[in-house]
Amino acid sequence: MTDVPINKRADPNDIRDRGLSETPEERASYLRAGHTLRSWFLTTDHKRIALLYLVSVTFFFFVGGIAAALIRIDLLTPEGDLLSNEGYNRAFTLHGVIMVWFFLIPSIPNTFGNFLIPLMIGAKDLAFPRLNLLSWYIYVIGGLCTLFVLVAGGVDTGWTFYTPLSSMFAHGQVVMAATAVFIVGFSSILTGLNFIVTIHKLRCPGMTWGRLPLFVWSHYATSLILVLATPVLSITLALIAAERLFGVGVFDPKLGGDPLLYQHLFWFYSHPAVYIMVLPGLGVVSELVTAAARKRVFGYWFVAGSSLAIAAVGFLVWGHHMFVAGQSMYASAVFSFLSLVVAVPSAVKVYNWTATLYKGQIAIDPPFLFAASFIGLFVFGGLTGLVLAMLAVDMHVHDTYFVIAHFHYIMVGGTVSAYFGALHFWWPKMFGRTYPMVWGRIMALLIYLGFNLTFFPQFILGYLGMPRRYHVYPPEWQVWNVLSSTGASILGIAYLLPFVYLLWSLRYGPPASANPWGAAGLEWTVPSPPPKENFVETPVVDYPAYNYPMEMEEGARG
Amino acid sequence: MVDQPYSTVLQQREAATMGMFVFLGTEIMLFGGMFAVALGLRLTHPREFVDSSMQLHVWIGAINTAVLLTSSAAVALAVHAVRARQFRATSVLFVIAAVLGVVFLGIKAFEYATEYREGLLLPPVGVQRLFMDLYLVSTGLHALHVTVGAGLLAAVAAFAPQRATLVENTGLFWHLVDAIWVFLYPVLYLAR
Amino acid sequence: MEQARKRLATVWLALLALLALTVAGSFTVTGAASAVVSFGVAAAKVALIFWFFMQLRTEKGLIRVFAVGAIAWLAILLTLVTIDKVTR
Repeated sequence: MTDVPINKRADPNDIRDRGLSETPEERASYLRAGHTLRSWFLTTDHKRIALLYLVSVTFFFFVGGIAAALIRIDLLTPEGDLLSNEGYNRAFTLHGVIMVWFFLIPSIPNTFGNFLIPLMIGAKDLAFPRLNLLSWYIYVIGGLCTLFVLVAGGVDTGWTFYTPLSSMFAHGQVVMAATAVFIVGFSSILTGLNFIVTIHKLRCPGMTWGRLPLFVWSHYATSLILVLATPVLSITLALIAAERLFGVGVFDPKLGGDPLLYQHLFWFYSHPAVYIMVLPGLGVVSELVTAAARKRVFGYWFVAGSSLAIAAVGFLVWGHHMFVAGQSMYASAVFSFLSLVVAVPSAVKVYNWTATLYKGQIAIDPPFLFAASFIGLFVFGGLTGLVLAMLAVDMHVHDTYFVIAHFHYIMVGGTVSAYFGALHFWWPKMFGRTYPMVWGRIMALLIYLGFNLTFFPQFILGYLGMPRRYHVYPPEWQVWNVLSSTGASILGIAYLLPFVYLLWSLRYGPPASANPWGAAGLEWTVPSPPPKENFVETPVVDYPAYNYPMEMEEGARG
Repeated sequence: MVDQPYSTVLQQREAATMGMFVFLGTEIMLFGGMFAVALGLRLTHPREFVDSSMQLHVWIGAINTAVLLTSSAAVALAVHAVRARQFRATSVLFVIAAVLGVVFLGIKAFEYATEYREGLLLPPVGVQRLFMDLYLVSTGLHALHVTVGAGLLAAVAAFAPQRATLVENTGLFWHLVDAIWVFLYPVLYLAR
Repeated sequence: MEQARKRLATVWLALLALLALTVAGSFTVTGAASAVVSFGVAAAKVALIFWFFMQLRTEKGLIRVFAVGAIAWLAILLTLVTIDKVTR
């Protein structure tokens, strides 16, 4: 990628030679603009806040991962011998709560969205820089509440907090857990608000809507969901807390309340929240695919519009979580139909990515490998989603491991792959250093293999009838569970690898040029790492998005 | 005058207004959850819902509505004044609006107390209990917003009546708190 | 200037008149008609507040869309909950 020799250490005899420990770009970058703790914790620079998020989100990813490891170890044997029943319930609840609200939802938007949106649209910062910092502090407070729950004995309702289990029967720290999610919701809302206003108001001259990178479009769609759905979750969790603390009984059937109403309100947020988790990933993949193929994206407006369509239709499908919960069958039929509709914009994206890659001169770099895994796993997760959206089929596999496998294909196979793809693609931009490509490729392959080994057997388990949230099961299912746990260990090792080589690259990695991948986009026109104010002069754009040179038409020669 | 990421005052003002309207959208959705609960309750128990609603004090609610509408009008005039650079008038009108907000809270407290004396506030069982829970949570949440809003109005009146964008955005928040009450009133008091 | 203040005063009076109308309606009509009256009046009041007090009449189209966008989304929630509730 660059011709600078690796491992150029400082010459110990020459006091002025700093080796590669600090390049001129780094010296002028946001990373060196202030060295005190205060300059980090009171920063309003979107790039520094992105790094604060990167560290905190990674921390919670590993806390949630430890819970997952406990679950998988317990499931190695048909008897529940590692954890007690209560302990197992607490493990999967914390796994869900932490992974959903403290990793997946903030993961790509708050790190890469924060870092890249201003750079991609030619702005100096987000619209409300102080609000952005506040959002991180709110996230941290919510996170501390979750850690308190963890230490104080946990919670066993599942991440969904269904009533009447959560309001009347559960023992653990339900109120505290609900408070944690309530608080972190405000962090989501502020981030979404900030992105929406930024994208509307801070595009540089010439950066029309039709020239925005698709990453920005998908974050715009994500922000709409964050802003419109999260408040409903807030009020719903507040009602749960009020029910536990004061006996306010709107979900209490004894008083004539309706527990199903809770599920309506919860899924009105939580189903769109699935798209909060996956839409930023879709945006990342659009960037990675065009950069790998060095081609303009096929059908720009269809890919951009499909993000908005997913956001909008995503609000109409929540009832498919309630097919067997006692919802009216007519409502179920409506929700089933609408759920099938979401597949259309999702498929549009996949078709357009493959059409973009067609005849491209593809670079098999780590970012592309992650994007390719994403596409494969997303298609598989999406198609099994169609299976679950079918009313009749869902009766058979509802609340089984089939569902678990399906949404992990989207959330882990999709979003987490996209997250690591983004990390490998923009790492040189964020830190000004490149990492060993071979390790990135190995990690991508390990994730793909480990992931499929972990979750494919769960489709079979679910089809055979193994229900979710049970840790005791008939012995004939052990083989599938052992396969799954083996895959999980590979996955766990793969997730630890970047710690080694990415951290190594911070000090010993060869410096990255401004545009190491030869990619289009404003973020690649500034030095790596970018200076504090992003652009010395406000850029002016007079070219379309993904302005790659038109490829020679081979067929024209016959 | 122009802060970090902006290049013109107009751009900054437009961003602030847009941000405020997005925030108001989140408030609408927050109370929207309560409206959904009310709708669900009314659809499940139409008759008992109306019976419980008729027990509430329609006239106290009406007076409170008038108080909030009037204070909203004062805020609208204040925004008008700040645009004419009449900062004293802005301050005075904001104080009037804030005082009316406190009057609203006082009347609301009197109403809670009356209902408590009548044994209405916490009936032991049944749908009426459910209705009163809904009433307490939604009016309580609204009262919280009135408290915050009145505090903001007073603070802006005291310290920053010349900051037009701040005055406008505080005003927008207050109008939305008013608009939410305009819907809470028929949902809770006027079911017949 | 003076005209604008007069306009706001007129809107305020209209709001109070609508309040009187809705209270009167609560004593005269019942059932579905009552819901139509009370929510129709509430919608009219909120429209006046949004249009005149919140100055949407002078804002750009985009701000107007943002102001009412959440109401459309709320309609989705209420509609689909109703479909379940009335057919369960």
